[in-house]
Amino acid sequence: MPARVAMQQISKIYPNGVVANHKVDFAVEKGEIHALVGENGAGKSTLMKLLYGLEQPTHGAIFLEGRRVEIANPQRAIHLGIGMVHQNFMLAPSFTIAENVVLGNEPRKGRLVDHKRAIAITAALSAKFGLQVDPTARIEATPVGMRQRAEILKTLFRGADLLILDEPTAVLTPQETDELFWAVRNLVDQGKTVIFITHKLGEVKEIADRVTVMRHGEVAGRVATREVTEADLARMMVGRAVLLSSYARPAVRGKVVAAVHNLGCIDETGRPVLRNVTFAVHAGEILGVAGVEGNGQSELVEVMAGLRAVATGEIRINGKAVQGASVREMRANGVAHIPEDRLANGVALDASIAENLVVDRYHRPPFTRYGVLWPRSVRQHATALMQQFDIRGAGPGASLRSLSGGNQQKVVAAREFSAAPVLLIAAQPTRGVDIGATEFVHGQLLAKRNAGAAVLLVSADLSEVLRLADRIVVMVKGEIAGILENGPQLTEETLGVYMLGRNRPTP
Amino acid sequence: MSLEVVLQSIFSAAFIATVIRVSTPLILAGLGGLLSELGGVLNIALEGVMLAAAFTGVIVSGLAPQWLPGAPAWLYAGLGALAGVSVGMAMGWLIAFCHLELKTDLILTGLAMNILAAGGTVFVLFALTGDKGSTASLASARLPAVQLPFVNHVSFIGTLLNGANGAGYHIMSYMALLLVLAIWLFLYHMPAGAHLRATGEAADAAQSAGIDIRQVRYRALVASSFCAALGGLYLSMGYLSLFQANMTAGRGFIALAVVYLGNRNPAGVLLAALIFGAASALGAQVGTLAIPPQLVEMIPPVVTIAALILYSIRRRARRAAAARGFQEQAAAGWSADAARITDAALDGDPQSTAPGTSPSKSGIVEGTNKIQKGR
Repeated sequence: MPARVAMQQISKIYPNGVVANHKVDFAVEKGEIHALVGENGAGKSTLMKLLYGLEQPTHGAIFLEGRRVEIANPQRAIHLGIGMVHQNFMLAPSFTIAENVVLGNEPRKGRLVDHKRAIAITAALSAKFGLQVDPTARIEATPVGMRQRAEILKTLFRGADLLILDEPTAVLTPQETDELFWAVRNLVDQGKTVIFITHKLGEVKEIADRVTVMRHGEVAGRVATREVTEADLARMMVGRAVLLSSYARPAVRGKVVAAVHNLGCIDETGRPVLRNVTFAVHAGEILGVAGVEGNGQSELVEVMAGLRAVATGEIRINGKAVQGASVREMRANGVAHIPEDRLANGVALDASIAENLVVDRYHRPPFTRYGVLWPRSVRQHATALMQQFDIRGAGPGASLRSLSGGNQQKVVAAREFSAAPVLLIAAQPTRGVDIGATEFVHGQLLAKRNAGAAVLLVSADLSEVLRLADRIVVMVKGEIAGILENGPQLTEETLGVYMLGRNRPTP
Repeated sequence: MSLEVVLQSIFSAAFIATVIRVSTPLILAGLGGLLSELGGVLNIALEGVMLAAAFTGVIVSGLAPQWLPGAPAWLYAGLGALAGVSVGMAMGWLIAFCHLELKTDLILTGLAMNILAAGGTVFVLFALTGDKGSTASLASARLPAVQLPFVNHVSFIGTLLNGANGAGYHIMSYMALLLVLAIWLFLYHMPAGAHLRATGEAADAAQSAGIDIRQVRYRALVASSFCAALGGLYLSMGYLSLFQANMTAGRGFIALAVVYLGNRNPAGVLLAALIFGAASALGAQVGTLAIPPQLVEMIPPVVTIAALILYSIRRRARRAAAARGFQEQAAAGWSADAARITDAALDGDPQSTAPGTSPSKSGIVEGTNKIQKGR
């Protein structure tokens, strides 16, 4: 029997010369769960964009069940039975789940939408595939897990029998991940085929029948998952052996550097996003903040960095009340901040490397003296940091846009790590960063801690938090669900229980 | 005239009739604004479209007798209206073309269109009539009023349903009401309406569902301009029967405020337009007192600003109340729950605190029950 999907000798070269895929062979059998893994920039997203018709291959051919096809656009892909569940959900927040499922293809009664039938269709699909949703609930009022199930139902409604799930577990708790895996197995039992994009190797072992590993735009290997270990997969992904163990953790907790008391905060739409948040970060400690994304972590970081106003409570840095202070005042108090979305909030793409490296300190000597900027100091500073942090670019004067993504990230890291902070806030510091650079960032965070700085590490990656943090704050719906001492007895499952929190809407 | 007389006149059927007359262009333009806003392409050019349509209607209906002598009068009015609506829709299409194809900034394009309409109408007006102020020299047609039968002899009801002079409301007033209903039906019960709202709210989602969002936005801007054009025609072929330079006097911008004050839905637009209409009508009544006219003219914009401030204060109060509730709830309930979860976690039994962890059949059954209740 021919493969459900066979992509042969696929190359994709973008107009700017970037080779995203090079002679990739990728095949998925009917009825299997096939994992596609690789580091950021390894070309797995590009490959799936080609399959879903979002991009066209430069060379190569795509076969579906032995028949050669051209997939010009997503509509064509849907017509061919291919459905994609994007990482950022494609749902209209004010629409109900049923309305989202049938959007663009509404059942009609005369000229009007048949709302009742839309609900019935959704409920029937939901029951058939074991994807529990409330068809009449508005998306904005449903938890992330249900949104994801709605997204899957949407593709099923359009007749997909090959589902591409793009990093589906990134936004889920461990428990929600279990539910998703159960549903995915159920889909396969009913004859569907699933391509599962991820970079969590544990998940590959758990769910996939076979796995294709990509590295630098090429296929590094294709294996049956039961025949390999996680370490094998990591080696295939990175091209060398990777240490996946945890770091040693000396307990030298100093005085309280940052104390947050009874912090409350409301977002632009009036929704409370932080409530009664109280914790302290000590010198020489990494305090991890874990939680499903969207439970107030981003807002907490913004408040601590001086980017967002507080409604109630206070923040003290070294005993000094600083809530309501501006970003510059915060930084003057010794706060450094690696923002979550570094390309949007961490750098100015059209400014030079040197300029990006001094944006938090240009107003101080030696960069500004007698009210005048000294370009030579700025340049020397940049040269030193580029060397220290191994930033590869044409020189201090090169624009940030000319750097690769990894080097752009390093510019942010270099600036913040070199700011000599008493409190370093790192928000998702390794998101979009490959394994090699991740090791580097982790090493820097630990070095800062060992040098006596207080580190607030916010991460959606539980294994990262467990590996680095001395204590872990779990946030649920803008509140602290628990502050846990890290240690060998603390597992992802325990954290997951806290992450679910109380009053969780039943899926 | 004394204050007493003014008050008396406010609490009368005639006043309500005036409010409806004054509100009609705001309702029409507001609906236009609503359609564009929900499609994610706010039409800033409502003002310009109204002005251009008002002008075209008057000119075409005024000159038509020269082109088609001897035709019935309704034909001249009809031709004028048709031309006005066409010009308005053409402007909407042009905005869409510039924004969607040539990638111009939507707001700047709209502003340019407003300036074009303000200048262009006066330019053509002068070229055709030699007058820069109005078309008073041109005998232009009016669109008809619709008189309801049998109600005129009932004193209060007659005035309420057919206006102070008993001649009935203008056809555009009925059109406005009809459009409120039609647009409501369209937005919430027709596939194309759902596509419009999805396009404005989550363009990516709409596109991934196979909706041609560019086409939706073209249509939204053209339909929006259609509504605004009707409002403009009402001003020059109903409210008055001539065109004056800048006769829209900012109504297109008030209509934008109406969209937001009306909470972005058709019924809200109707209500908000009536509130602004009442403010204007009040201004007209008070104008008969010995008060400087400048102050009187300030009433509608002041009411606009006051309404927006009120709206904002209410929203902030709701937000503050929500935050307070949030804090109190936290103070009261959190510690107990935290203890429960912690205990369970330490017992090593995550299932007990995580409802719905294992995908159970019962959840599906619950869901189905809910649907049946919904029917």
